[in-house]
Amino acid sequence: MKLKIEDRLVVTRQQTIIISIMSSLLSIPLITIIFLSYGVNPILAYQKMFYGAFGSAYSISETLTKSIPLMLCSLGLTITYKTAIWNIGAEGQLLMGAIFSSGIALSFSNWPAYLLLPTMFVFGFVGGAIWSLIPAILKIKFQTNEVISTLMMNYIAMKILEYLVYGPWRGKEEWGFPFTEKFSSSAQLPTIGATRIHYPTLIIAIVAAVGIYVLINRTKLGFEIRTLSKNPEAAKYVGINYAKIVLLIMIISGGLAGLAGVGEVAGIQHRLKPNISHGYGFTAIIVAWLGRLHPLSTILVSILYSGLLVGGEMLQIVFGLPIGIIEIFNGVILFSMLSGDFFLRNKISFEISSKAER
Amino acid sequence: MTQEIIMFILTTFRAAIRAGSPLLAGTLGEIIVERSGVINLGVEGMMIMGAVSAFGVAQITGNVFLGVLVATIVGGGMALIHGFMSITLRVNQYVSGIALTMFGSGLSSLIGLQYIGIPGYSLKPILFNFDLLVYFFIFLVPILWLMLYKTKMGIIIRSVGENPEAADLLGINVNLVRYLCTIFGGALAGLSGAYLSVSYIPSWTQNMTVGRGWIVIALTIFASWDPVGALLGSWIFGGIEALQYRLQPLGISPSLLGTLPFIFTMLVLVVSTKESFKKRVGAPSALGKPYKRGKK
Repeated sequence: MKLKIEDRLVVTRQQTIIISIMSSLLSIPLITIIFLSYGVNPILAYQKMFYGAFGSAYSISETLTKSIPLMLCSLGLTITYKTAIWNIGAEGQLLMGAIFSSGIALSFSNWPAYLLLPTMFVFGFVGGAIWSLIPAILKIKFQTNEVISTLMMNYIAMKILEYLVYGPWRGKEEWGFPFTEKFSSSAQLPTIGATRIHYPTLIIAIVAAVGIYVLINRTKLGFEIRTLSKNPEAAKYVGINYAKIVLLIMIISGGLAGLAGVGEVAGIQHRLKPNISHGYGFTAIIVAWLGRLHPLSTILVSILYSGLLVGGEMLQIVFGLPIGIIEIFNGVILFSMLSGDFFLRNKISFEISSKAER
Repeated sequence: MTQEIIMFILTTFRAAIRAGSPLLAGTLGEIIVERSGVINLGVEGMMIMGAVSAFGVAQITGNVFLGVLVATIVGGGMALIHGFMSITLRVNQYVSGIALTMFGSGLSSLIGLQYIGIPGYSLKPILFNFDLLVYFFIFLVPILWLMLYKTKMGIIIRSVGENPEAADLLGINVNLVRYLCTIFGGALAGLSGAYLSVSYIPSWTQNMTVGRGWIVIALTIFASWDPVGALLGSWIFGGIEALQYRLQPLGISPSLLGTLPFIFTMLVLVVSTKESFKKRVGAPSALGKPYKRGKK
C-alpha cells in the first residue's frame, strides 16, 4: 500500500466546508492533551466550556456581546487577506477607534445621544482607518512589509492608550485607576434588556457583513479584488490599480476595527481604560481564516469563537487556568485549520494496486 | 566633566549591547531561516517559550546552563512545527508563524504562572560585566558570515533560498536543508529568550519579550540578510532601548518613550526596504514559497 498525493484541481464548496470542519476538529485531541497535562478532566472542561458559552440565557447573551468586536474586526480582515495584504493590525485599529470616539465622548458629553453616538462611530471609523492607512501608504510607496508595520502600529496604539489614561485623560474620580471619567449617559449605547448586547453595534456588524458580501460579489471593486486574489499577475495586465485597491480595503478594514473599538467603550466599558480589547483584533485573524475569508460565514464563526472565549473564562473560574489558555486554543485551532489547507489543495489516497483509485 | 561624559557614553554603550543581544540572536537565526527560503514569523512565540523554559529549568534544577540548553531545544522544537506546516504541508507561512506566536505566548503564560515574582537565577558576568551569552552571540556573527559566504554549506543554503529548482537538480535535498535551517533559527530564538529571562532581566513576567520577536523580523530586512548587518542593527536598537530608560528621568512619559522602538522599527523598515530595492539586494527569491518538485 502506498500513500499517493495528487493536486486537487477543483475544490467544491462542499469539500471546503467539510475539510474546514474536519480540520478544526483536529484541534480537540491537541487541546485535550493540554488539559490532561494540567490535571484537568477534559470531558468536564469541555462540558463547563459549553455550558459557560451556550448553557443559559445569560451565557448566550455574553457570547453574543463578545462576538460583536470579533465580527467587525474579522470582516475587515477577510477582504485584506483575500488581496494578500497581511493586516495584523486590527488590534491597534480597534484601540484607535476607541481612543478617537472616547475623545469625542469626553469633549462633547452634553450633546444629545442621537448626535453624540453617530459622531463617535464616525470618528471611531476614522481613527481605525488612519491607523491602517499608515501601513497601507508605506506599502504602496516603499514596499514596506505590512505584517511588521501593522504589528508595530498595534504596539504604538497600546502605548498611546496607556499614555492617555495614565496622563492627560485620567479621570479625577477614578480612585487613581488608569481610567477616564465615566461617559455621560448620552455617550452610552443602548443594550437589549439587562444584557450587555449593545445592539446598534451588532446591527452595524451584520449590515457591514452583507455590505462586504455585496461589495465583493456585485461591484467592480469586488471583481478587481477577486481577480487580484486569484491571479495577481493577470491583474496587472487588465489594468487594475493595485494602489487604489490597497488603500480602499485598508480604509474599510481599519475603519471596521475602529467601529469595534467604539462598541467596546460606548457599549461595554463606558470609559476608556487599558485592556479594553482582550485581544479581539488578534483573535479576529483566526476567525477570518476559520470563516474561509467569506464575509457571511465570518458572522457565524465569530459567534462560535466568542463562545470559545466565554467558555474559556469558565476554565479560569472553575479550574484556575490562566487567561493564556485561550491563546493556546487560538494557536492550536489556527494550526489545525491550516493543515486543512493541505487537504484542500491535495487529494490523498492509498494506492493498493496500480488501478485502485478512490 | 569630560570624565562624566565618557562614563555616560560608556554606560549607554554597554546598556545598548546588553539590550541588543536578544535581538542579535533572534536576527541571526531568522537570517539563516530566510536565506533557505522559509519565513518564520513565529520568532516572538519561540522567544517567549525560550524565556519561560530557561527560567523554569533553572528554578527546578538550580542550573542556569541547563535552562539555556533546554530553551534552545524548545525553540528548535517549536520551529519544527512551523517547518512541518510550511515545508511539508506547504500552507501559508505567514499564518503558520502567527499561529506559532499565539501558541507560544499562551503556553508560556500557562507554564510561567508559578514563576511570576520569583527571583531568578542569572548567568555570571565573565568579562567587562558581560556574560557568556553576549559573547557567544557576537562570536556567531563572523562564524555565520563565513559559513554563508565562504563554505559549501553556505552556498547550499543560499541556493535553496534563491533557486530551489536548480538546487534540486544538483542533488540537494531542498526540504531537508530548509528543515535544518528552520530548526537552527528556532534554536537561536529560544536562546535569545533564555538570555532575556536568565541574564537581561533575571525574572519571569508574562509577555516579557514585548515585541522583540517582531523587531527581529524587521531587523532581518534591515540587515539585508547579512549577519554583519544584524550586529549593527541590533546594537542600534539596543541603543534606543537603553536611551528610553535614560530619558525617563527627564519627565517624558514612559508610555510615549515606549513607542520609540516600534516607531523606529517602522522607519528602519521603510528605509531599508527602499535601499534593498535600489541596491537589488532584496529578499531571497524563493522566500516564503514552498518547494514541490516539478511545480513552480
